[in-house]
Amino acid sequence: MSDVSLVVNGKRVSAAVEDRTLLVHFLRENLGLTGTHVGCDTSQCGACVVHVDGKAVKSCTMLAAQASGSTVTTIEGLAEGADLHPVQAAFKENHGLQCGFCTPGMIMAATDMIARHPEGLDEATVRDELEGNICRCTGYHNIVKAILAASQAMSGKSKAA
Amino acid sequence: MGIEGVGARVARKEDKRFITGAGRYVDDMIVPGMKHAAFVRSPHAHAEIAGIDVKAAQAMPGVHGVLTGRELKADGIGNLICGWMIHSKDGTPMKMGAWSPLAVDRVRYVGDAVVIVVADTKGQARDAAEKVEISYKELPAVTDASKSMDAGAPQIHPEAENNLIFDWDIGNADETAAAFKNAAHVVKLDIVNNRLVPNAMEPRAALGHYDKAEDHYTCWTTSQNPHVARLVMSAFYNVAPENKLRVIAPDVGGGFGSKIYIYPEEIVCLWASKKTGVPVKWVADRTESFLTDAHGRDHHTHAEMAFDKDHNILGLKVETKANLGAYMSLFSSATPTYLYATLLSGQYNIPAIHANVKAIYTNTAPVDAYRGAGRPEATFVMERMMEIAARQFGLSPAELRRKNFVTQFPHQTPVIMCYDAGDYAASLDAAMLAADYAGFPQRKAQAAKAGKLRGIGMSCYIEACGIAPSAAVGSLGAGVGLWESAEVRVNAVGTIEVLTGSHSHGQGHETTFAQLVNERFGVPLDSVSIVHGDTDKVQMGMGTYGSRSGAVGMSAIVKALDKVEAKAKKIAAHLLEADEGDIVIENGTLKVAGTDKNVPWFQMALAAYTAHNLPGGMEPGLKETAFYDPSNFTFPAGCYICEVEVDPDTGMTEIVQFVAADDFGNIINPMIVEGQVHGGIAQGVGQALLEGAFYDASGQLLTASYMDYTMPRASDLPSFQLSTSNTPCPSNPLGIKGCGEAGAIGSPPAVINAITDALGHENLTMPATPQKVWAAARAAKH
Repeated sequence: MSDVSLVVNGKRVSAAVEDRTLLVHFLRENLGLTGTHVGCDTSQCGACVVHVDGKAVKSCTMLAAQASGSTVTTIEGLAEGADLHPVQAAFKENHGLQCGFCTPGMIMAATDMIARHPEGLDEATVRDELEGNICRCTGYHNIVKAILAASQAMSGKSKAA
Repeated sequence: MGIEGVGARVARKEDKRFITGAGRYVDDMIVPGMKHAAFVRSPHAHAEIAGIDVKAAQAMPGVHGVLTGRELKADGIGNLICGWMIHSKDGTPMKMGAWSPLAVDRVRYVGDAVVIVVADTKGQARDAAEKVEISYKELPAVTDASKSMDAGAPQIHPEAENNLIFDWDIGNADETAAAFKNAAHVVKLDIVNNRLVPNAMEPRAALGHYDKAEDHYTCWTTSQNPHVARLVMSAFYNVAPENKLRVIAPDVGGGFGSKIYIYPEEIVCLWASKKTGVPVKWVADRTESFLTDAHGRDHHTHAEMAFDKDHNILGLKVETKANLGAYMSLFSSATPTYLYATLLSGQYNIPAIHANVKAIYTNTAPVDAYRGAGRPEATFVMERMMEIAARQFGLSPAELRRKNFVTQFPHQTPVIMCYDAGDYAASLDAAMLAADYAGFPQRKAQAAKAGKLRGIGMSCYIEACGIAPSAAVGSLGAGVGLWESAEVRVNAVGTIEVLTGSHSHGQGHETTFAQLVNERFGVPLDSVSIVHGDTDKVQMGMGTYGSRSGAVGMSAIVKALDKVEAKAKKIAAHLLEADEGDIVIENGTLKVAGTDKNVPWFQMALAAYTAHNLPGGMEPGLKETAFYDPSNFTFPAGCYICEVEVDPDTGMTEIVQFVAADDFGNIINPMIVEGQVHGGIAQGVGQALLEGAFYDASGQLLTASYMDYTMPRASDLPSFQLSTSNTPCPSNPLGIKGCGEAGAIGSPPAVINAITDALGHENLTMPATPQKVWAAARAAKH
């Protein structure tokens, strides 16, 4: 067993977990944060993306023990108060989701992507950087549109395609 | 149209929970005392089970039960069934082999479930599953439908000699043979429609809970049709009578057909819950999904088309071998027959058609309907044929198609379908304009300067949706009716709940269905709730597949709304002391036409429930139910144009533009319809360029993870250019045709026609991977 202690969505949590417990299982099963999803077993699909110390991480590819001492934000902790985060709002406004299963991971990855590109984003960059997130419903068309819209809303900048 | 009514681009009501992580999928469900299951599956494609030893597994920590097929059979649990009877051309019924939810004495594909282990945690269940000892006596396996009927091939089910399930004909062989005798040209095509894995992002899951005190079962399951699941599990699998079985399909993360069927796991979890006395949850991992979700497509086809000297089509002959895998899944027999061969007339006048379909067992995962279901296979045959014919004749692909388009409606094809409305030239024109088809030669020349091969391809698809008139499908072998139900409950304060037998797993029903109510009564969308996915809440329903929820599901809602409106007007007329015929509903108010006398919607609703002042003899309350049975299929159609650039040195194909011009009839929410088309095209492009399920000769699935099976990523696709035209469907009250599958149906031939145009070489199979495209480019001496 491993003792883990981390801050999740602003709250400190501590627990003793089996050594093999993945961060995604810790979030879902120990903390009941079921917005983070498991869509594959091979770290390909990105449905489990969360932020660890401010960076997008596939929580199925990290042990809970490795995350001990870190600050984790999940989809449940992204919005501040009752207002949607601009990326969440853009996904809704642009119909960037259908079944919703990949959506939390997409939004967490997109938030990180936008933060890494304060100069603004173009379509090719967004498509390239979504390599680690699979969606089967939307054909990515509206996800790309949503991320570009959110990027613009957050930075006021967009690059010509 | 109001801002929330029919035709409005309303953002989805359901999005809030999904974007905040508050969606509730089966794996998110927790029942007190719940334990976790792991299945022990066959590692062999074909083997006899010589013995099963569960002792070591039972002794593992946390284990509550290790159960086998023999115990399941002893408890009377039935075999899985295929619900659509097909008769061979000699009149004999299809040869369905037994499919036990847990294999008893033989396994027939890699992934066949043999033992269930129930333990405190998923990890413990998996650890214990490793300790189950099963002795197998391996048998030879066959995975390729083109070889499965060969002499000496392994025999998979004793019921099906030579692995032939049925040998089925449609159309008229004699008339077709006569047409070919008169032909000036015959174009021939051998084509493979590659096997696909649906890959909904949410893996399948089931949570079975037996309540001993109530002698009642609840099953949470990833289903597109929970009522069908309850019906089948009760009537055929003897899990529990319907009144003692509640099936709930909560938020479901995509289906694409793969979640229509009732699989072994939900049956076994329910049974195991009673057996072990604990609620049992199973969630597939992705490799289990690859191994055991029903796969799609897998057709081998030879087709010949006869033309007269002026290039008018005279006849079509098609022979198809359809691989149904190791067992017959729930609707597996319908997909390569009535959902496939009935669309082989395409958008064209074809006087004579004859098709033969042989359905074949192999040692592979069961194959059933996957987005499009038979119609992509038909479209791929037809639209590759038309393109190749045009190239052979030296005609423009558009003109050969246009010359042969059906232009008069209704149009009876030689293969059952009666097309009710359409304007195929309008879609073709719209697509060619949007794609700047005329400017293509210039773009091709430009690309050539950069060493790239540019190609353009089109596909004019038609499909049959709105499944389906119950009596018609009954006469063709369906075991169920394919109507839909709706219940509209107006509450005492005027808010409305619509209960529907359709199921939303991404399609946005909670929004579009509410728009329908808003349009009719002017009630704000916030005051309309759509309830679905729970057999305890919603009366019998048939679920969502075959692009049916708009044309059939919403038509049922319209029927219920009609009844509500009629009663509401009677109440209003009584309150306003006016004639019922003079009442109109505008902006949420019932008015006497031409006067200022009115009663707000909520006051009318309150009057219905207080019942203090209702017309004489009227029952209190305002709630109506309806069942809608369609009178015909609907026929969405359109034209897709794909333009590619191929790098002959690397074989890399880039889609530089993709245009879709669709006719879906009337549209409730264009934003949602566009989203459906986007997703469909992505799956079609995936089939054409990237995706393929491959088994090796011993029956191991080589593509059983996202590292081996290429899913379309964002960087594989362009943004799409969409447009719609509208010839309303005459057979349903909304004039809707359905849009869920069009993209997946229309796009594969457009992509392959574009690449073969670029290469000047027709011999290219899907998926057109860089290796294959490079080889084809070399063969064409680029």
